Amino acid sequence: MLEGLMGIAGKFYKAFIEGERWKLYLSGLGITLEMTVVALIFGMVLGVVVAVIRTAHDQQRPGRRNILLSILNALCKLYTTIIRGTPMMVQILIWGFVIFASSRDKVMVGIIGLGINSGAYAAEIVRGGLMSVDVGQSEAGRSLGLNYLDTMRFIVIPQAFKNILPSLGNEFITLFKDTSLVNTIGAAELTYQAMRIGGRNYDYMPPLIGSALIYLAIVIIFTWLQGKLERRLRQSDRR
Amino acid sequence: MIDVKALSKSFGDHLVLDSIDQHIYPGEKVVIIGPSGSGKSTFLRCLNLLEEPSAGTITFDGQVITDPKADIDKIRQQMGMVFQHFNLFPNMTIRRNITLAPVRTKLMSQAEADDTATALLKRVGLEEKADAYPAQLSGGQKQRIAIVRALAMKPKVMLFDEPTSALDPEMVGEVLEVMKELAQEGMTMVVVTHEMGFAREVGTRVLFMDGGKILEENEPHAFFSDPKEQRTRDFLSKVL
Ligand SMILES: Nc1ncnc2c1ncn2[C@@H]1O[C@H](COP(=O)(O)OP(=O)(O)OP(=O)(O)O)[C@@H](O)[C@H]1O
Ligand SMILES: [Mg+2]
Repeated sequence: MLEGLMGIAGKFYKAFIEGERWKLYLSGLGITLEMTVVALIFGMVLGVVVAVIRTAHDQQRPGRRNILLSILNALCKLYTTIIRGTPMMVQILIWGFVIFASSRDKVMVGIIGLGINSGAYAAEIVRGGLMSVDVGQSEAGRSLGLNYLDTMRFIVIPQAFKNILPSLGNEFITLFKDTSLVNTIGAAELTYQAMRIGGRNYDYMPPLIGSALIYLAIVIIFTWLQGKLERRLRQSDRR
Repeated sequence: MIDVKALSKSFGDHLVLDSIDQHIYPGEKVVIIGPSGSGKSTFLRCLNLLEEPSAGTITFDGQVITDPKADIDKIRQQMGMVFQHFNLFPNMTIRRNITLAPVRTKLMSQAEADDTATALLKRVGLEEKADAYPAQLSGGQKQRIAIVRALAMKPKVMLFDEPTSALDPEMVGEVLEVMKELAQEGMTMVVVTHEMGFAREVGTRVLFMDGGKILEENEPHAFFSDPKEQRTRDFLSKVL
């Protein structure tokens, strides 16, 4: 019994402490977080653009259809259909081994793949958020003579953003976990490091369980922060 | 000032405005009354194209605003609108609510707009609320802010859609007071309201709408003392 425990401790020692291996996990986690944050921002920008185009298209007044807007709208639909209709794993493999096969900056390739994927989901979240804002708000903006984009930018989007903050938090968590898929194209994030150490020690159990615990800890911390932020926002509504 | 010819509006196959002809002259205070669902709001909202008319033309200051090529943003800058539910922007301070449109439409610099906002707030006795958010105000205060927000654009005409209907009774007076002052200054106004006292006192002309038509119109004294149509008499006997 005691011997068994000692054996496991030894395995973990070998996977984490020996040769300062913990530094590899740390650098992997750093890259994981970097990819998450940059891809999230990238995806959000993409999502807002797509959502505004699609909403603007749907809100056009009859008899005043704009051809350019119809083309953009068709492109946006195509984009969300393809991204949401294919597995993320396959998308990342295509980015890494087909489109950017010769690129050596695999982290960047991963960010592009994750960001473009996230944008398609963020677009739907943002679109829902835009629709959740009372139409009286945009009517008031337009009745003052503000144009469509200014009304969106100063009035509707800020209010929509507040409404969708919880969904965006969830998107952050999803994206954070999905970065692990990028190990397949060789970006040196947390899962990649765990796999490498596992391979070197011929023992995958300690590094994989360890990395799972690291992911879990970060998600728990983030969920807690998110809850706090939401309570704060709800209070500011009640003042 | 505003000329309406054969204006019709349907939602699907529901005809809400039935070929309305109307002319609003500068300085007039036109009060629109009528039963719920008669098309009052729809008529008012067509005047600044918040609703797209199904047929007919509207001309404002010589421009045909129903023309697809008309610059609707420019036209709306000259027509203020006040809504039943205020529609202040909750994500901005009162000052920014007032200055956003004049600054973004390049009517004023930020400094000019700030001065205008201060002067307008003083006028309605709310200058200390400049840095508050809408959620911190009472309904009557919100509606007074909504009125000066529209005034900051220096409009030529003001449209009001039941501006006091969402207010607690004790706040109706303060809003009507602001509207009366505005009327005295000579503003052209089109007001949908259920406040018959206001119609009598401030209106220069009363329109009675029913079933998507303007059934009867007259100057207030004659309108209320001697209504011609049976439908008008029925309606007035219910609300007076
Ligand atoms: N966006 C819309 N879609 C479909 N029907 C509508 C729409 N807006 C208004 N209507 C219908 O048009 C009719 C007239 O509405 P409108 O709001 O102009 O009436 P109103 O005279 O202002 O009534 P109230 O006194 O209740 O405000 C109503 O039957 C209403 O249901
Ligand atoms: Mg109405």
